[in-house]
Amino acid sequence: MKTGAKILIESLLHEGVDAIFGYPGGTVLPIYDELYDSSLRHILVRHEQAAVHAADGYARASGRVGVCLATSGPGACNLVTGIATAYMDSVPVVAITGQVPTTLLGNDAFQESDITGITLPITKHSYLVNNAGELGKIVHEAFYIAGTGRMGPVLIDIPKDVQTDVVADPETVPEKVSIRGYQPTVRGHPKQIEKAVSMISGASRPVIYAGGGVIASGGDAELMRFAETMMIPVTTTLMGLGAIPAHHPLNLGMLGMHGTQSANYAVTECDLLIAVGARFDDRVTGKLESFAPNAQVIHIDIDPAEIGKNKAVDLPIVGDVRQVLKEINLKLTEKRVQSPWNDRLAEWKSQSIQPPAVDTGLLTPQYIVRTLSDLLTDSGIIVTEVGQNQMWAAQHYSFTRPRQWITSGGLGTMGYGFPAAIGASIACPDKTVVDIAGDGSFQMNIQELATVVQYNIPVKIMILNNQYLGMVRQWQELFYDRRYSYTELPSVDFVGIAKAYGVPGICVTDPADVKDALRQSLTCDGPFLLDFRIEREENVMPMVPAGAAINEMILGDKR
Amino acid sequence: MKPHTISILVENRPGVLSRVAGLFTRRGFNIESLAVGTCEEPGMSRITAVVIADDEIIEQVKKQLNKLINVIKVSDITYIDHVAREIALIKVSAEPGTSRAEVMQLADNFRARIIDVGTRTVVLEVTGDTVKIDALEKLLHQYGIKELVRTGKIAMPRGSKTVSPRK
Ligand SMILES: Cc1ncc(C[n+]2csc(CCOP(=O)(O)OP(=O)(O)O)c2C)c(N)n1
Repeated sequence: MKTGAKILIESLLHEGVDAIFGYPGGTVLPIYDELYDSSLRHILVRHEQAAVHAADGYARASGRVGVCLATSGPGACNLVTGIATAYMDSVPVVAITGQVPTTLLGNDAFQESDITGITLPITKHSYLVNNAGELGKIVHEAFYIAGTGRMGPVLIDIPKDVQTDVVADPETVPEKVSIRGYQPTVRGHPKQIEKAVSMISGASRPVIYAGGGVIASGGDAELMRFAETMMIPVTTTLMGLGAIPAHHPLNLGMLGMHGTQSANYAVTECDLLIAVGARFDDRVTGKLESFAPNAQVIHIDIDPAEIGKNKAVDLPIVGDVRQVLKEINLKLTEKRVQSPWNDRLAEWKSQSIQPPAVDTGLLTPQYIVRTLSDLLTDSGIIVTEVGQNQMWAAQHYSFTRPRQWITSGGLGTMGYGFPAAIGASIACPDKTVVDIAGDGSFQMNIQELATVVQYNIPVKIMILNNQYLGMVRQWQELFYDRRYSYTELPSVDFVGIAKAYGVPGICVTDPADVKDALRQSLTCDGPFLLDFRIEREENVMPMVPAGAAINEMILGDKR
Repeated sequence: MKPHTISILVENRPGVLSRVAGLFTRRGFNIESLAVGTCEEPGMSRITAVVIADDEIIEQVKKQLNKLINVIKVSDITYIDHVAREIALIKVSAEPGTSRAEVMQLADNFRARIIDVGTRTVVLEVTGDTVKIDALEKLLHQYGIKELVRTGKIAMPRGSKTVSPRK
């Protein structure tokens, strides 16, 4: 004899969940009551949006499924942005919401919202549970769906009476999930793999374009082996950073709107583009017709719906990236040597614009990020907010491994970074987690300072404070004649705010103090806040204007 | 852009119809008709959707539909030989005298059945492909159509071919 709430908690433990992020309310009281004596660790956030972002950050840092919990109505609705964020970046999250009792469903009852309906377009799947006996099976299925195939968020909506119902004989939960309508293709088609191998061997100017799928599938080692055997240069998307170490000679850096010159030129000139777990996002391709205009395209992806969606593909391979690369690698026996194409790319790489140096006397974000990168190297996990801060982090931090880089790529959600950093830190307590933030974004979930203090979560917050909604201001500068319409943010005493919550902090205005401040923050045991008052009108360069071809970059001034 | 007839086999689960319909509306095009009902497999339903869109968009939508957990099989049967029917109920003004006789005559020509006779109206039931029902509807307009309901198209491939899950 067990209540639905008890079955839920036991099922979560059975899935190996060690922490969940949540916020209580009327319709989840039975669940919270079970949590009270449970071994499951619950982190009380200060806003439900933070709960789902934290679950997302937990998932991205660890590769496991992240879990959040919220009450019905307002609680559930506060999860929406975070669920959409996870959906756009294919992150395995299970979101559990309370619901009004089944007898009141559809009545506009107090704190009722049709959350399965609201989230229909932004979930991989969802359940409205109407029988406590099925809960165990549903939880098991939900974790399976969230964490396999193209991963994504799954929502489980549980009416209050289902939580309190006592079940004598719960449905048995089969160890192996089998769902008729859900059978992701993992292995690539052997004929297609054969063809890929011959296309790769025949290409003289090949480029690999690696995306988040490489990280999600754990395919980075196979990718490296593939690239090194064939001496193929690799460019990554924003989501693919860390798939190949920053300083690897074959790494061209990121491509797209704020990509490197070498990456964008290489893609424009290549004769074979091998897209691996990447989806030809418009921020990557720029004007589609000019994206890899002379190339044959091989596209490897677990999701058949991505293939041919934006760009016509010559050879599609549906399958798990790691598995497909492994199969390709088995067939590539002959090692290739440095070609004129490699030399050409190396030359482009050496000509790329350099970041501003420290001796200009100006406090620049590029210098700050590079200094952090030097101090932390391998041991850090970098989480970002959205805007210029995100792009400077992407461009100037030297990522050496997968899951070291956590950012909202697809939806571009401001306020994501700080709570996601909390999730990452709970998942990986042995790593130093840094939230590289903008002053605008940070203020979207600033209340979580209370959470990091309550649980002593040692997240380092690093605000690149330009007192602007910087990225929007940059667009206004370049495309709206410097008319800064509502993008200026008045100065905020972030160190004072942090102190009020109980977090130590330093405000930095002089480039000479950057290194010491960073060191102090990194060596401190608990959370720490750094408020860097950076050059206010610094821009992210290079930049491809929206709608232009990716080789039509604005390079900005060379300092 | 042309009408595509898409047959979708789904599990009978709550929300499956809105998930399917949502995939079409998300891309901003209208569903011409949508017919749902049970089918040969217990616990399953078959949806027949007619949508107007380019071939490429239909290809995308098919792939997206296939991704839905409760969708078992999706087939665009537009280009394969198939039979298609829909039923319409049409309530027409039919004053006693000549117009009533003419309506009856028309119904007969179209093999429509008269399923209700009132003092000033009759209700016709007609089955057929879209073209036939359109034609009858057009002819009946002169008498005055009071009310019209169509089921939307249902369709299946001719011969031994089926839109069933493999095996
Ligand atoms: C929730 C949300 N609202 C609005 C935007 C649009 N937006 C993108 S970047 C940006 C500015 C971000 O400013 P800030 O956090 O200060 O970072 P900076 O660009 O200055 O580094 C805005 C408003 C967004 N991405 N997300």
